[in-house]
Amino acid sequence: MYLVIEQLLNGLQFGLLLFLLAAGLTLVFGIMDFVNLAHGSLYMMGAYFAATFVAWTGSFVLGTLMALGATLLLGIVLEYVALRHLYGRDHLDQVLATFGLILFFNDAVRLIWGPAGLALPLPAWLTVPVQIIPGVYYPAYRLMIIVVALAVAALLYLVVMRTRIGMLIRAGASNREMIGALGINIKLLFTLVFGLGAALAGLAGLMQAPILTVQIGMGENILILAFVIIVIGGIGSIRGAFMAAIFVGIIDTMGRAFLPDLLRKVLSGAAASTAAPALSSMLIYLLMAIVLVVRPEGLFPAAKR
Amino acid sequence: MKKAFWLAGAMALALAQPATAADSIKIGFVSTFSGPTAVIGNDMRNSFELALDHLGRKIDGKPVEVIYEDDQQKPDVGKQKTEKLVQSDKVDFIVGYIWSNVLLASLKTAVDSKTFLISANAGPSQLAGELCSPYVFSTSWQNDQTPAAMGLYMNQKGVKSVFLIGPNYAAGKDMLAGVKSTFKGEVVGEEYTVWPSQLDFSAELTKARNSKAESIFVFYPGAAGVQFLNQYAQAGIKQQIPLYTAFTVDELSLPLQKDNAIGIPGAQEWVNDLPNDENKKFVADYRKKYTGLRPTYYGAQAYDAAQLINSAVVAVKGDLTKKDAMKAEMEKANFKSLRGPFKYGKNHIPIQNFYLQDVVKDADGQLSLKTVATIVKDDQDRFHDKCPMK
Repeated sequence: MYLVIEQLLNGLQFGLLLFLLAAGLTLVFGIMDFVNLAHGSLYMMGAYFAATFVAWTGSFVLGTLMALGATLLLGIVLEYVALRHLYGRDHLDQVLATFGLILFFNDAVRLIWGPAGLALPLPAWLTVPVQIIPGVYYPAYRLMIIVVALAVAALLYLVVMRTRIGMLIRAGASNREMIGALGINIKLLFTLVFGLGAALAGLAGLMQAPILTVQIGMGENILILAFVIIVIGGIGSIRGAFMAAIFVGIIDTMGRAFLPDLLRKVLSGAAASTAAPALSSMLIYLLMAIVLVVRPEGLFPAAKR
Repeated sequence: MKKAFWLAGAMALALAQPATAADSIKIGFVSTFSGPTAVIGNDMRNSFELALDHLGRKIDGKPVEVIYEDDQQKPDVGKQKTEKLVQSDKVDFIVGYIWSNVLLASLKTAVDSKTFLISANAGPSQLAGELCSPYVFSTSWQNDQTPAAMGLYMNQKGVKSVFLIGPNYAAGKDMLAGVKSTFKGEVVGEEYTVWPSQLDFSAELTKARNSKAESIFVFYPGAAGVQFLNQYAQAGIKQQIPLYTAFTVDELSLPLQKDNAIGIPGAQEWVNDLPNDENKKFVADYRKKYTGLRPTYYGAQAYDAAQLINSAVVAVKGDLTKKDAMKAEMEKANFKSLRGPFKYGKNHIPIQNFYLQDVVKDADGQLSLKTVATIVKDDQDRFHDKCPMK
């Protein structure tokens, strides 16, 4: 039983982290109709900034806050310099251009920080396991990721549902031309949305950094999962991204945790050990395929255009 | 007129090509030079270049031409690059291969063309057994050997049970099988993770802790080793369950693993402080030539590969058509290996010692690896009986 609780927490933590990445992607894709493959690069930059600033300042909290600001700034500059020229273009052009950006960022990082990668060590108070209920210990840092990501999700909900900017964002997701016609400064809105998306990606990257390593190309595998999530959740829908991310996180973790033992009951030991990791990594794609068949617009689509 | 001039020039070049090829030794080098594990490929290239420096950039008086190819850690790409080296570059030797799955995909191309292939790292069990070939030599080990040595050490320590975790590919399976082949205690669990994409091991660590195993064994080469140790320490399991490893802590991962690696034992056939003269020279010259870097076992094996090639070419006085004589010479392992002298089994896999290594602070105050003990002497892989070669 304790095992199930712990694995659920693992799944929740992974899902919430994916949510941070997917939220930015779904905003940019849904509102700006812009396919940004370089979103994973912003995730990577967040991690590199954090590793650098934490080493400079010697403070984990200060360093990560600075990194968050730096990624936000980078997102705004990127939008202003490069991406805004691509809005009217075909999706294929956008894919090509942002794929070029991935290569650009990877090589820029190689030039600046070198090919070996960086470490982002945690302060001592975050490296201890915490007893959440008697008998169940959970790493403090992973717990912190859950808390921070939930807080960000709540904040995002408030901003999108309760503020004027949020109203514009929602309106933009439903009908871009119309809010432009109503005299809203859509250029500014887009820059803002893109910056917000970048900061969210950066936050995901810098929070993931101490668990993994800070390395070139770290955003590329996880970006695929983020795309899966926005497809499952419905493009442009923050609520959809949130629900889908948690689904995906829990399904992925539970699959890895329990599928091998289940398979061993049916198959021979060796066959099960080989098949289980392959099958568990397929589960989320199966989920996506089912969602695409049953509800092609996603589970929680943004309001109709 | 001008056109004719260029044409003549091009023809002269085209004609000159085969002539120079015969006068030089051509070596193809397949390793990973892009992506997160490029640091390993770089270390191998650095060490191979250093070996060529030590040989005066010549083998048996002939200049050496090395063509480096990036396998991107992908079996299909590795196979393509091997085909290119064999078929269009017509190299005399192919060296390299970090990853067992890449080597297995590339093997047939090299063997069918009767090109000598020297694996400077990967040692899949198939290569030592049914897929052994007269044209394939290893300057590393068979995958099972290193973890099998770790299993022996765990027996010495009186460990009663273990939880095994490794990546789901050819080498990962060999490694876990290797520990099981010697470890006398109980294996309470065995988990494979998706390779190379899975970097978060929370589910596996949770299972390991809940299994109540006395110890954990892992095999995670490259950056994955850093990530595993981070998560092992953060989850507080380091204080509860001791970890035993193979190929998880090395000079490339140590600067990132930092204190997380202290107290984590590993087994290895080569450690930087092995006290033979060649090794001392190798480590000193490497650190001089590549400032800030330290050589790893990957590099030491690549260095040995260059020396093995040199011994074969010198033995036939540069006549590379004498393949049987070259094979016979290489089987003697007649060169000064950085790990000290070793013999080849009939499957061309070294019969060699394995050492216990530990992480210590060295004279410069940096973390480094140190030989603690010899776990096993003259160890031969357990697949050599399956090799049909005499």
